[in-house]
Amino acid sequence: MIAALLLLPVLAAVITFLLRPDAPRRVLLVATAFGHTAITAGTWVVQPASVLGGWLQLDGLGRLFLSITSALFLAAAVYSAGYLQRERRGAREDFEEGLLFANAPEPTFTSCLLLFLAAMTLVTVSHRFGLLWVAVEATTLASAPLIYFHRQHRSLEATWKYLMICSVGIALALLGNFFLAVAASDAGGAPVPLVLEQLINAAPHLHIAWLKAAFLLFLVGYGTKMGLAPLHTWLPDAHSEAPSVVSALLSGALLNCAFLGILRVQQVCVAAGEGPFGQELLVDFGLLSMALAAVFIVGQADYKRMLAYSSVEHMGILTLGVGIGGTATFGAMLHAVNHSLTKAMLFLVAGNILAVYQSKSTSEVRGVLRVLPVSGMLWVAGLFAITGSPPFAPFLSELTILKAALDQGRNLVAIAYLVFLALIFVGMMSIVLRMAQGVTERQPGTPEPALAIIPPAALGVLVLLLGLYIPAALQRVIEEAARALG
Amino acid sequence: MDLWTDSILVFLALTSLLLLGSSRLFHCIRIVAFQGILLGLLTLVAHRGALSLRPLALATAIIGLKGVAFPWLLARVLRDAEVQREVEPLVSYTVSMLIGTLMLALSLWLSQRLPLPTTPIASLLVPVALFTILAGLFVIISRRKALNQVLGYLVLENGIYTFGVGLVQGTPMVVELGVLLDVFVAVFVMGIALFHINREFDHVDADRLVVLRDWTP
Repeated sequence: MIAALLLLPVLAAVITFLLRPDAPRRVLLVATAFGHTAITAGTWVVQPASVLGGWLQLDGLGRLFLSITSALFLAAAVYSAGYLQRERRGAREDFEEGLLFANAPEPTFTSCLLLFLAAMTLVTVSHRFGLLWVAVEATTLASAPLIYFHRQHRSLEATWKYLMICSVGIALALLGNFFLAVAASDAGGAPVPLVLEQLINAAPHLHIAWLKAAFLLFLVGYGTKMGLAPLHTWLPDAHSEAPSVVSALLSGALLNCAFLGILRVQQVCVAAGEGPFGQELLVDFGLLSMALAAVFIVGQADYKRMLAYSSVEHMGILTLGVGIGGTATFGAMLHAVNHSLTKAMLFLVAGNILAVYQSKSTSEVRGVLRVLPVSGMLWVAGLFAITGSPPFAPFLSELTILKAALDQGRNLVAIAYLVFLALIFVGMMSIVLRMAQGVTERQPGTPEPALAIIPPAALGVLVLLLGLYIPAALQRVIEEAARALG
Repeated sequence: MDLWTDSILVFLALTSLLLLGSSRLFHCIRIVAFQGILLGLLTLVAHRGALSLRPLALATAIIGLKGVAFPWLLARVLRDAEVQREVEPLVSYTVSMLIGTLMLALSLWLSQRLPLPTTPIASLLVPVALFTILAGLFVIISRRKALNQVLGYLVLENGIYTFGVGLVQGTPMVVELGVLLDVFVAVFVMGIALFHINREFDHVDADRLVVLRDWTP
């Protein structure tokens, strides 16, 4: 099953690259996404056998993040089938500066999209640390061409920053891998292979100083990729310049995968009795990310950048949740699901708004509710959801984390958390409500295309339903994931 | 054997130092290529004596990629770019060298204080690896040309690899090759991006990539 999960997208990537006609290529993209989701759903029922002597296997944490990735990719694939159809061929005018530019060839885009899925899948199933590193770096490389889909200088600048900053960050994580190997080199007489389960078993014998240093390097390395402040500098550029469907995947799936890298080494730290060391750092990084996001969201002039900074905020919430520990870990895992679904929906809707208004400026977009009734409604609903308003799902998970912080008597952390959430709520609402309402000369045009509406609407319905009721199966998967972190 | 290891390590440190003081981009590429070959040789001597197939294959792959393929690719990008081939550092060469020497001292001091659970193949290994890592990071932040940032990334990667090859035994071949493949694709993608940067902007100055920001001053 694991082999099928990995090989399916790779195979499809090769075929889509070679396929010349457009229609079958798009059908294949959507079909692969459906197939991947179906197999992923299968892993909820049947525990897949481990591959390569335990290097590749699916545990609770992996299953949770794999499911998020797979579900988001399905929505993104359906959306991009319509998006690619609507994108005009040949040179066209850039709406910001009036320069001419063309798109990257569609086969390249589609096959990179599928390779990106394969790399993210590999991240979720890798239990060998070296392989995990290879997979995380592969996600960077597969997604860089996606950011440069619109071949103009701003997206190129974003791609360059993304490539350089993330590659250097991930190189530090490789050093972390070696440090971890040094920490395990003398555990009970013989070196321990860097496989998660074996490290956890040998945890009491690990060299603590080197383990701590390894954790720091992993945190900085994968934290760069995850967009934790102050290492987030590539994130707003890449998210605002990439096509909206790519932004949705970057924000909803890729950042989670990088987070998984940090969680894996935290698992080893917990087993070695050094959990609190990592948790303190995670709390600090979490609060710093939320603070920085709040500063940049208030008065933000570009609505895609606003969503990008909101991702920095939510990554902060995730690390904060794991840092606080206890029931907050459960909250953080639940929040990973909620944030991914909500943020992907918002980016897809932002793509619809961008396609009609031809502007990313928050001051130039007015009256979305009248011009694009469905997208406008989803936009407002999504914004209420992402800022943590009931009855949507993020409210539940954010409340769980707050309650855990208060229960543990960490009042200062709880207060800071609430203040940042409130600031971001006000900042985003004032931007979004002005965009949704307001007077515009634009008239409601043709009905919105179905493929642009169905994926975000489906995600929106999920976010609402999860806010009202968490199915027992999902509850079990999340609890299993949270248990892995002690 | 120890003499070999030591001299390779000394050469590694010297190439990093030389890179900080070089003004011609072609020259920088050649220095990094030489460093790649040194790294391949280090792989061979690190597997003390036992000249089995594994280190041989790995060393060949490293020399082939880091010593031949990358320099060729980057030199091609540079030839196509037809731009000024000076490094144009943000920090002058003299100051760079000075900082390099300080970083070398820092690495020596740091490695004295690191408690190693296992003995590395040579006492010089940890300071040289640390120094190469620092030098790579310094090149990335202190040089203006985007191409130089790629070179800095390569040197950083070389430093990390030096650390790994000398201290960590028993990394599986699949993982090592996977890491090498990733670095290869990374440099390849960066090369393509450089090509596009050159065509789009008529320059390869990374410090002029500043359109995307939140507040315009």
